[in-house]
Amino acid sequence: MTSRISAITLNTFREAVRDRVLYNLVVFALLLVASAPLFSQISIGMERLIVVNVGLTSISIFGVIIAIFIGIGLVSKEIEKRTLYTILSRPVRRWEFIAGKYLGLMLTLVVNTALMTVGLYIALFTFAHGQNPGDPRLLVAVYFMVLELAVITAFTLLFSSFSSPIFSAIFTFALFVIGTFAEDLRGFAALSHGLTKTLATGIAYLVPNFASLNVIGQVAHDQSISGRLIVFNTLYVLLYAGATTLAAIMVFERRNLK
Amino acid sequence: MNAIEIKELTKSYPVGFWKKQLRPALKPFNLNVAVGETFGFLGPNGAGKTTTLKLLMGIVFPTSGSANILGKDFHDPEVKKRIGFLPEQPYFYDYLSAPELLDYYANLSGMPSAARKARIPQLLERVGLGDVGSKQLRKFSKGMLQRVGIAQAIVHDPEVLFLDEPMSGLDPLGRHEIRELIQSLKDAGKTIFFSTHILSDAEALCDRVGVIHKGELRGVGVVNDLRSSEGGKSEIIWQKAAALAAVAGDLLESHVTGDMVRATVAADTLDRVLDKLRQEHARLISVTPLHGTLEEYFLSRTTDQESVQV
Repeated sequence: MTSRISAITLNTFREAVRDRVLYNLVVFALLLVASAPLFSQISIGMERLIVVNVGLTSISIFGVIIAIFIGIGLVSKEIEKRTLYTILSRPVRRWEFIAGKYLGLMLTLVVNTALMTVGLYIALFTFAHGQNPGDPRLLVAVYFMVLELAVITAFTLLFSSFSSPIFSAIFTFALFVIGTFAEDLRGFAALSHGLTKTLATGIAYLVPNFASLNVIGQVAHDQSISGRLIVFNTLYVLLYAGATTLAAIMVFERRNLK
Repeated sequence: MNAIEIKELTKSYPVGFWKKQLRPALKPFNLNVAVGETFGFLGPNGAGKTTTLKLLMGIVFPTSGSANILGKDFHDPEVKKRIGFLPEQPYFYDYLSAPELLDYYANLSGMPSAARKARIPQLLERVGLGDVGSKQLRKFSKGMLQRVGIAQAIVHDPEVLFLDEPMSGLDPLGRHEIRELIQSLKDAGKTIFFSTHILSDAEALCDRVGVIHKGELRGVGVVNDLRSSEGGKSEIIWQKAAALAAVAGDLLESHVTGDMVRATVAADTLDRVLDKLRQEHARLISVTPLHGTLEEYFLSRTTDQESVQV
């Protein structure tokens, strides 16, 4: 079981790497470093704030884009190109295939994020001397981004297991946008009444709460992040991504692959 | 012992947008294939050959019925370690090289790393791809991909092979090579179940064939029996065109060249025709039994009629 899942994981990673996705990110990291002198010229004394803000936001956006664009084709491409036929005719259970695909994309995203984080640190060490360039809170923010990607990847996999790539992308992106404003939705639910309140509350707690995973502002402004939030977010994502991946498996287990 | 046992297997797909109705793609059928046998599954395009293979591989689920492979339920992962499958017009991960692809598939089939390392170069050599090196599959020709397809199907040395149109889309040389490869697998005692609509391939390779048409198994039988049962005619050549008038009523067809006559007769009238020719003092040149071709059998089963079990 483990060897089959790890084989699928590594093959998914290899596919992403050979699709030259990583190269784009290396270019991004280099651009970030190269553009840092501009920031120090336009915002004297606030280099660190700008570099952290721009850097972390870029890492987050690039991560989400890559998760969606690779994720939507994870299963549908294997069905469309019929490569799945030669997988399922082997002693590979369908859930193992989904698990391997999920872990493969997560491995890709973690490596991407790590590379971009290295780029960010280089930018900080080069242009923000004396302004806490080695701040470990940066890593917490990056860790939360990985958690966010874990949920997004699970959703792309779920949608990809029954829908076309285009619809999977639309559904996932819509969910990402709603999830980003989950706190506002909860605020709206608290202010509304009757059926609207019930519906808004239901949706607010059902959609993934990406707002609580975004601590870029706090890190940029040197504010502390509580250990409780780290534990809570970890557990939340483990449960949420686990349940979503389980749903993807349940859909895929019953699917006739025409 | 049977390598493959299909019991009342059916598949229907829902059609229609609003009120969905079930359209049968495969009507219930039973079929056994013995260990070591090469079985050809014949049928025109859209007959249900690929659906049957997809069902047996667990790619689609049956509406009803079941199947056993090597004595176990066909969904059993243990069974899948012992079978190999080549899909129709296979497409593989084109960013991989042939050795990488084979390593991946062998790993999924549970082969240990050391065994994979020893097996893959030998196998590539065997399918005529010993010199491809690390070239990615995206740069492979169709014939080369088909060879990779066969290689991935046998990389884990399975006992039963399922091949879906293994020769389709290949040039004559490629077809010959794949046919030789299948023959060598047959000689090695593998059970081979392959679907095709190229009848000459089935005729050359198969011990038995089944004909499927419109989702219905129309006939199953031993290739040699089918050919003789569809034939039963003889060709007679004699000298003395004047004797033709005496036997004309018993002939199926005849051609006259000078004083020589070449005629075809049915088995039940052969003796009578020969007696009459002797009475006419015609000089008999040859009497040759004519075998029916698999094509004749195939055509007889794929015209709309009642199902026939040979």
